[in-house]
Amino acid sequence: MDNLNLLFAAPILNVQLLLDGLWIGAIFALAAFGMALVWGVMNIINIAQGEFVMLGGYMTLLVVKAGLSPLLGIPFAAVVLFILGWALYRAVIWRIVDADMFISLLATFGISIMMQQLMNEVFGSDVRTAESGLGMNYLFNNQVTVSQIKVLAFVLAFAIGMGLWLFLKKSRLGQAIRATSQNPRAARILGIDTSRVYAATYAINAALCGAAGALVVMAYSIHPYVGLPYTVRSFMIVIMAGLGNLGGVIAAGLGLGAAEQFAGFLLGAEYQLAFVFLLLVAVLVWRQINLARKRQYLK
Amino acid sequence: MTRKSYHLLAMLALAAIGLAAPWLLPSYLSQFSKLWLFIVLALTWDLMGGQMGYNSFGNVVFFGIGMYATAATQVALYYPLAAYTAAKGGGTEFIFNTSQFFTGLAAGLPVGGLAAAIAALALGLIILGMRGHYFAIATLGLAIAAGELAAGWDLIGAGSGMVTPTPPDSIDTTVLFYYLSLALAALTFLFLAWLYSTRFGLAINAIRDDEDKAEAMGHHTTRNKVVAWVISAFFLGIAGGIFGNLSKFIDPIDVAFNGAEIGVWMILMAILGGKGTLWGPVIGAGVFYIMKELFWTYLLGWQRVALGLLIVIIVVFFPQGIVGWLKERWPGRFGPTAEEMEAADAKGEA
Repeated sequence: MDNLNLLFAAPILNVQLLLDGLWIGAIFALAAFGMALVWGVMNIINIAQGEFVMLGGYMTLLVVKAGLSPLLGIPFAAVVLFILGWALYRAVIWRIVDADMFISLLATFGISIMMQQLMNEVFGSDVRTAESGLGMNYLFNNQVTVSQIKVLAFVLAFAIGMGLWLFLKKSRLGQAIRATSQNPRAARILGIDTSRVYAATYAINAALCGAAGALVVMAYSIHPYVGLPYTVRSFMIVIMAGLGNLGGVIAAGLGLGAAEQFAGFLLGAEYQLAFVFLLLVAVLVWRQINLARKRQYLK
Repeated sequence: MTRKSYHLLAMLALAAIGLAAPWLLPSYLSQFSKLWLFIVLALTWDLMGGQMGYNSFGNVVFFGIGMYATAATQVALYYPLAAYTAAKGGGTEFIFNTSQFFTGLAAGLPVGGLAAAIAALALGLIILGMRGHYFAIATLGLAIAAGELAAGWDLIGAGSGMVTPTPPDSIDTTVLFYYLSLALAALTFLFLAWLYSTRFGLAINAIRDDEDKAEAMGHHTTRNKVVAWVISAFFLGIAGGIFGNLSKFIDPIDVAFNGAEIGVWMILMAILGGKGTLWGPVIGAGVFYIMKELFWTYLLGWQRVALGLLIVIIVVFFPQGIVGWLKERWPGRFGPTAEEMEAADAKGEA
């Protein structure tokens, strides 16, 4: 608990942790937005979510290797992942859209461990990062450091999320996606090709995760086994926020980012992952207790 | 021949193979021991996933708890545990003589099973109120968190793991653990066969088929679910204790709480063989174990890619499993009997 005393002794540390949490929280929220989309439209919980993020990071590393700016990695990763998502839908996912949810959990879990080792073989198991060349800003008499790339990633995550939100609201395909999520049968009767909508939804989610992964590799780091924590974070955020609640997703994402920074500082970095997974269980239990309460009330 | 005699014949054949293996294939004995333990893993997973419809990603937690509890008991009976783990099991001062080793094992395995059962009771009361995929994902979280926590706990060796007590040279542990594994598998199988024939078996099937209806008819669903998980955990805990001694070294993330491998294998074995059948997990474990050994021998480095592909193929294209397929293909021989059909009719299925 020495670190707790440190937080009180030096209140400025709180600001540092909070800001760090917010920067990464936006990326969590972006991946969670995609998970909520697939979950809401197709009734599939995509365990391979984190692996899409990881793949997006590696695509960006390819762009950097070709001598281009890592910023170009964002569109490149999004396009590659969009194609991959579409292909995965056509190969596997379409068969499990109507199946029991556990089937889709397990199938996407299979895809995720496949991708993990595939990337391990192709790119190696090292922790990698893409140098952006951006510097640091210092606030409060140099007591708080703000890395410019993290702020840029934060802003870009918001921009991408807003872009997708507008796309869903305004565009023809976006409206078709929302109609399918409300009632697939009625959407089919009204002439919407729902199988194409599902493919597009899954591919858009993959592209979104790819873009998030590009931001992760620029501002943070990736390795082949980084995926599952991102999946779990997305899942937690969606549970806390509910489906189709963009404001909630953003708030929960930022909150989770901050909570993780504080937990990592207080408990030590080696327990940060354990914290994430225990928090998942706690969130589920909290939701369970809430539901039970409602049911007692209904009785 | 009647259905019952097929069942009996299959059991006798399996028992004969099991008892004869040490003479027929002595060089593969430790693989066979693991196969028996895998059958236990698949059977106990199927009790939850197949018979009760609660698909758990986290049953490996009890496997790991049993493994650590057994090893810790074996050591703590004779030496201070902290000093033992600090020495990484090496050093000459931690010698176990024959009687110490056997007493430790005899005390350790039940303690492992009980520790796992108690953990299942405590966890089950909290999270078995969840339904379907929420339960599945909560258990996934538990499994990984357990591994991370064990990797940070110094008393049991933290990240560098724990060496199980070294037996004296005079004991042939391969044969000993082989028979222990065989006995555990037989015990689990017979116990579950009996359990599925009781009212409790029907009650958990009712939970799988329609939990709200079962509850409305007066079943204490949560209590039944917890009991099922405790039973599952008890056998898993003992299996973990034997597995730990068999592999001689307990790594928190790669052996004990290995959710991404052992945790998934048990699901896959049950589904491959046929969820919700008695023989399915046994057959599934046998087939899967052979495939797994081939992957890990010939596809090293790519084995998880092959495994992931296998998961997708089994889950998407072959969800009914081997026994389910046999039932569809030869309903006369493997399909439901007249009594079962009537029972299903009475339940409003079929």
